[in-house]
Amino acid sequence: MSLPTNVTTTDNSLLKRVMGFREMTLIFIIIVISIIVSVLSPNFLTGENLITTALGLAADGILAIGMTVVLVSGGVDLSVGSVLGLAAVIAGGLYLSFGVDIWIGSLIALIICALIGLFNGYFIARIGIPPLIVTLAMMGIARGAAYVLTQGSPLSLYGNLRGFDFLGQGKILGIPFFILFFILLIIMFDFLMRKSAPFRLVYYVGSNENAAKLSGINVPKVKISVYVLMSVLAGIAGIFTLSRFSVAAPTAGTGSELNAISACVIGGASLAGGEGTVLGAILGTILVGIINNALVLLNVSVYWQNLVSGVILIAAVIIDYLTHQKRS
Amino acid sequence: MKVSASAELLRLNGITKIFPGTVALSDVSFSVNRAEIHAIVGENGAGKSTLMNIISGNLQPDKGEIYLEGKKVKIRSPRDAQNLGISIVHQELALCPHLTVAENIYIGRLPQKSRKIVDYDKLNKMSEEVLALFDEVNIKPIDKVADLNVAQQQIVEIAKAITFNCKLLILDEPTSALSEADAEVLFKIIKDLKSKGISILYISHRLREIFELADRITVLRDGRYIATLNTVETNPDQVVSLMVGREIKEMYPPKSSKIGEEIFRVENISSEKVQNVSFSLHEGEILGFAGLVGAGRTELAQTICGILPRHCGEIYLEGKRLEIKSFEDAIKNRIGYVTEDRKQFGLFLRLPVAYNVSAIYLKYDCKRLLIDRQKERGLAQEFVKKLNIKTSSYFQLVMSLSGGNQQKVMVAKWLAINPKILILDEPTRGIDVGAKAEIHNLLRELAKSGIGIILISSEMPEIIGMCDRVLVMREGRITGELSGDQITEENIMQLAAHR
Repeated sequence: MSLPTNVTTTDNSLLKRVMGFREMTLIFIIIVISIIVSVLSPNFLTGENLITTALGLAADGILAIGMTVVLVSGGVDLSVGSVLGLAAVIAGGLYLSFGVDIWIGSLIALIICALIGLFNGYFIARIGIPPLIVTLAMMGIARGAAYVLTQGSPLSLYGNLRGFDFLGQGKILGIPFFILFFILLIIMFDFLMRKSAPFRLVYYVGSNENAAKLSGINVPKVKISVYVLMSVLAGIAGIFTLSRFSVAAPTAGTGSELNAISACVIGGASLAGGEGTVLGAILGTILVGIINNALVLLNVSVYWQNLVSGVILIAAVIIDYLTHQKRS
Repeated sequence: MKVSASAELLRLNGITKIFPGTVALSDVSFSVNRAEIHAIVGENGAGKSTLMNIISGNLQPDKGEIYLEGKKVKIRSPRDAQNLGISIVHQELALCPHLTVAENIYIGRLPQKSRKIVDYDKLNKMSEEVLALFDEVNIKPIDKVADLNVAQQQIVEIAKAITFNCKLLILDEPTSALSEADAEVLFKIIKDLKSKGISILYISHRLREIFELADRITVLRDGRYIATLNTVETNPDQVVSLMVGREIKEMYPPKSSKIGEEIFRVENISSEKVQNVSFSLHEGEILGFAGLVGAGRTELAQTICGILPRHCGEIYLEGKRLEIKSFEDAIKNRIGYVTEDRKQFGLFLRLPVAYNVSAIYLKYDCKRLLIDRQKERGLAQEFVKKLNIKTSSYFQLVMSLSGGNQQKVMVAKWLAINPKILILDEPTRGIDVGAKAEIHNLLRELAKSGIGIILISSEMPEIIGMCDRVLVMREGRITGELSGDQITEENIMQLAAHR
């Protein structure tokens, strides 16, 4: 039997190649909500508000990029929020207490993050401890270390930062550098996840670890790489957060791991592995972000934010379940 | 055949089931007698599973009636079916591995002392009574299911099924994971159950065992009822031709007429379950490994490929000694291994056909960082065509393909890297007759084209029909080599059986 030649057209249009059903749906929902909110509040569709909102999303968004890779590999990383905080504290602490150049301090912080990722990955992939347990422990260790190093109080950066504050506060053509960098990361990782051979291996591993092994894929190596990448991204988010606020707070990134996971799931990632896109995760981050922003603009108490985020997550999962059922 | 009314247990009348896009069953009518072993045969997609799901209450028919003991019944759920005395043992076993045998048999209806406290003494005693029916297999009520082998687990499933005051037991491909010896034990149990008045609906692809067991055979094809035959009045050729709707003269492609030079040699390989195995493979040849399940054939294959650690021994490919420390080394030397368990170990079920085909290629033959989509699609296209894989597009999920086509995708994955040696472990397990023949022809083609083919199979006819030379294994050792006319069932069993 030969295939009809037109079957490949399903994959041909540019839009479909980049976006699946899930991404299209999210964009549609985001547009609808934006229209509604901009009617209700004239402050919503202003450049200033959008930039502030985007700046607020960027750190969690970077975590969501890495978390997508982790979830696709079939794992999960609960330590990212703590690692974010620890990175900021290490860079800030080295600079303030030991006079280490802030850039070099940041580099050291990122190297420590990579080691944390290596530790996570080693115990998960080589020893075989479930990711939930290993990273839960690391979540406590990293957060605890951040508290120990700062004795619980935030460190304020001052003195000669040699342009370090540009990372989180600088602007190019009126757009914060942090946002531009965030967008660059999104484009880069979305592209890599779709098109590059090494990242495709992550999909194989997450889809069926046994089959990946029997296809000659070095499963532990792939998994360890994934956790190292995740921790380094968390470290980068921490450095940018430090720069943005000029404060190394031991509490930075508290709860961010859960925001990142829910953004990924809203964006179509599966906790069972093998599924998920960076674009989807970012759209999930944006959806939660603009709804929270809308609540603020509409003078709804901030106490509603968590509740609403939870509802969105559940709604996304239920919709996903129903559409999957219909398809099968 | 004349059947008196009282002999009839189950009658299906005009059963029709329509799924979106396909008619799974169309006006199927036949009956099953009391204390009868009734086989259902048909290619994959013939509607066997759908029919069994309807009888066992998993699916509702769109049209048609079911009569049990002359009374019209509606089977709305598996629970209804159990209450009516209909139980099913699925191909994929559904036991709780961490619980004991007794807890599994009486799951959901554990005897209780009072206040929801389980009466374990009574439970184990009840289980012991049931297990006494299966004295050939040594299973105790307090054994953990995870510690049992597949054959024993199947017995637990059957024990569980018959405790529901069972009148009709449906067995779906019960021997697909069993060795010949274990299958013999199962056959004896099935005959015992029959003598106790239980009717068996027996679904299998293996005609040989159907002819050994069944009283009558019902053939389905493309969702339609074709015929019910008395086993004594028919023969496998007739049944096969009814199943496929055409005469299959030659079940196997002709054997090799030209055996070339030695291309692959294994010397004194030992590992945990393999003892001092040596053999060689020649160009154009299909080399078979026969033996009972657990004889160490899979372990040997995995040791050669570096998946399992090798204690000692050497491997030569085209006269050159290979340094194989991991599976990756084997693949780099173009040695491929097609696993026996396609769902668990072979395929990425939730990924598209194209991604599955390119899985090994991407790591070993794609030198660039970025995936060439055109090339990836081209690869899928090439093998979909070459292996006649029936799929609606290269982006269809492998999950939704039939077993035979999944198997072909698994082979395609390896062919994509142009292997020199391909070891296939039970490559036709649980797939229909048509797909089986296609795989057999493919293997012969590959052997002709110069790829060394090693075939591990527990199906005697397959080993006898396909292989130019057969090595028989027992307890991790090679116990004999057969070629040409020596390759007979008796000779193989002689060498394979425990003694």
